[in-house]
Amino acid sequence: MKMPVYMDYAATTPVDPRVLEAMMPYFTEHFGNAASRSHSFGWAAEEAIKNARQQVASLIGAKDSEIIWTSGATESNNIAVKGSAAIYKEKGNHIITQATEHKAVIDPCKYLERQGFRVTFLPVDKYGVIDLDQLRGTVTDDTILVSIMYANNEIGTVQPIAEIGRLCKERGILFHTDATQAFGKLPIDVEAMGIDLMSCSGHKIYGPKGVGALYVRRKNPRVRCEPVLHGGGHERGMRSGTLNVPGIVGMGRAAEIAKAEMEQDAKRSAAHRQRLWGRISGELEQITLNGHPEQHLPNLLNVSFSYVEGESLMMGFNDIAVSSGSACTSASLEPSYVLKALGVGEDLAHSSLRFSFGRFTTDEEIEYTADRVIESVKRLREMSPLYEMAKEGVDLSKVEWQAH
Amino acid sequence: MAYSDKVVDHFNNPRNVGSLDKNDPNVGTGIVGAPECGDVMKLQIQVDDDNRVVDAKFKTFGCGSAIASSSLATEWIRDKTLDEVMEIKNTDIVRELSLPPVKIHCSVLAEDAIKAAVADLKRKQAARPHEKAKEAQPAG
Repeated sequence: MKMPVYMDYAATTPVDPRVLEAMMPYFTEHFGNAASRSHSFGWAAEEAIKNARQQVASLIGAKDSEIIWTSGATESNNIAVKGSAAIYKEKGNHIITQATEHKAVIDPCKYLERQGFRVTFLPVDKYGVIDLDQLRGTVTDDTILVSIMYANNEIGTVQPIAEIGRLCKERGILFHTDATQAFGKLPIDVEAMGIDLMSCSGHKIYGPKGVGALYVRRKNPRVRCEPVLHGGGHERGMRSGTLNVPGIVGMGRAAEIAKAEMEQDAKRSAAHRQRLWGRISGELEQITLNGHPEQHLPNLLNVSFSYVEGESLMMGFNDIAVSSGSACTSASLEPSYVLKALGVGEDLAHSSLRFSFGRFTTDEEIEYTADRVIESVKRLREMSPLYEMAKEGVDLSKVEWQAH
Repeated sequence: MAYSDKVVDHFNNPRNVGSLDKNDPNVGTGIVGAPECGDVMKLQIQVDDDNRVVDAKFKTFGCGSAIASSSLATEWIRDKTLDEVMEIKNTDIVRELSLPPVKIHCSVLAEDAIKAAVADLKRKQAARPHEKAKEAQPAG
C-alpha cells in the first residue's frame, strides 16, 4: 500500500496517466495559440480544443458550441451568476440560491446583493436538500436566476435537479447548477434536466488543475452572460484570454474517460463507501452520518464522531489525507457552515470528517482507513472530558459552559 | 497545518491523562471551554497539606494543540506550590510548544484551566476552615 493514503478526492484528484499522455504533446510539439488562424500551429491547437469541447459536451448532453472554457469552476460560477445577472437585470433583480452552496456561488451572490440585487438563500432540510415547494413559493416575477448546486462538496447530498429545472422552465427563469462534484460521477443531461448554465472543473475528474468549463445554453432560451474577463473576445465573448490548450485537452480526455468508466467508477466507490461506513458504524457508538442517506455522491462519506474533535482525529492518523468540518482546520475558526445549515450542532460540526475516494482507491486503503479511524476515535474518547461526562449520565446540552 | 515536534510528542504520548476524585477535599477541578467552540479542558490537581501539587490529571476535547497544552500544563504544575502554579502563563506554553498565532487560544485555555482548578480547590478549603485548623495541630 502506498503511503500516505489519499482519502480526499472531493478536494482534488490525481491526473489519470491517460490524461497526462494526451496533454503532453500540447506543451511542446503542438504549442500553438488556438486563436492563431494564420498557420498550422494555431490550427493544430484549435483542432485539439474542438475535440475537447466535443468530449465535455458529450458527457452532459450538450452541443459543442455551448461549452465555454474557463480556469475552473470558481470562474465558471462567477460568470454564470454575475454575468447573467448583469444581462438580465432589466427583467428583474431577484436571485435564488441556497445555504449550502460552495463559496464560489455564495460570494458572487453576496457581491450582487451589495450591487442592489435581492438574493434569497433557501434553507435546507437535515439532509441538505432544498424544499421544492419553498422554492416555488419564493419565485417572484422579479426572479431572474436560480442557482442550486448539483451535489454538495462537503456532505455529498444530491439536489432534485430535474425538478428544479422543470420549475424554472415553467416560470421562464434561468437555472444554473454548480456541478463540480457531480460532473463525471453522476449522469447529467442538460436537456432532460432543464439546465441553462452549468459549472464544472477538470481537476475533480482526474484532469489537471486550472481548467474548467461553463455550459451556456444556446437554444430555448439562448442564454447570455456578461464577461468577467474582458479582452480578445474568445469563447463567444464570454471569456477572453488565450486558451489553456494542454489543460483543455486534459479536461476533454478526462471527460471522455469519465463517460466510458462512470458506471464502474461509481460502483467501486459505492462499495468502498459502504465498506467504510459499515466498519465505522459497526465498531463505534455515537456517530452520525452527515448528508442524505440515499441521494448522495457515490464517493463521499461525511461522519461526525461525538465527543472528539476533528483536527485531533486527523492528527491521530496523519498518514491518511481527509478533510474536517472542524473550525480548527479553517482559517476563519468557524466550523462548517454547511453542517450548521443542516442543523448539526456546532459540537458535532467540530467532530466531523469527510472521506472521499475515487478511481485509484483500493480495498486495502479502505480497510486501513477504517482501522485507524476506529483506533483513533477510541483513544481520543478516553481522553475526552465530554465522553466521560456523557458516560456519567450528564446531559451535555444542559451544562453551563464557559465559552471563550 | 504542521505541528511542532513537541506538540506531536504530547499528542502521541499525553502525560497524565485521567481523572481524580472530584469529591476529594484535596482535589481541585477546573473545566473550561465549550463544545461548540471546539475545545473543552478538564484539569485536576491534588495537593498535600502544604498545598503542594502532588498529582495532576487532564482530559481534553480539542485539537492537537489543545491536548498538548493541557498535557504540558499537568507536567508543569506537579510538585509546585499553589502560588507557583498561579505564576504559569499561557505565553510560557506558547513558547515551549512553538504554537502558531492561530493556536494561542489553546494555551490561554490551559492557563484558565489551571486557574479554575486552583480556584475550585481554594473554594473547597475555605468551606472547611475548622477542619483545616484542626489538621494543622500537631498530633498527640
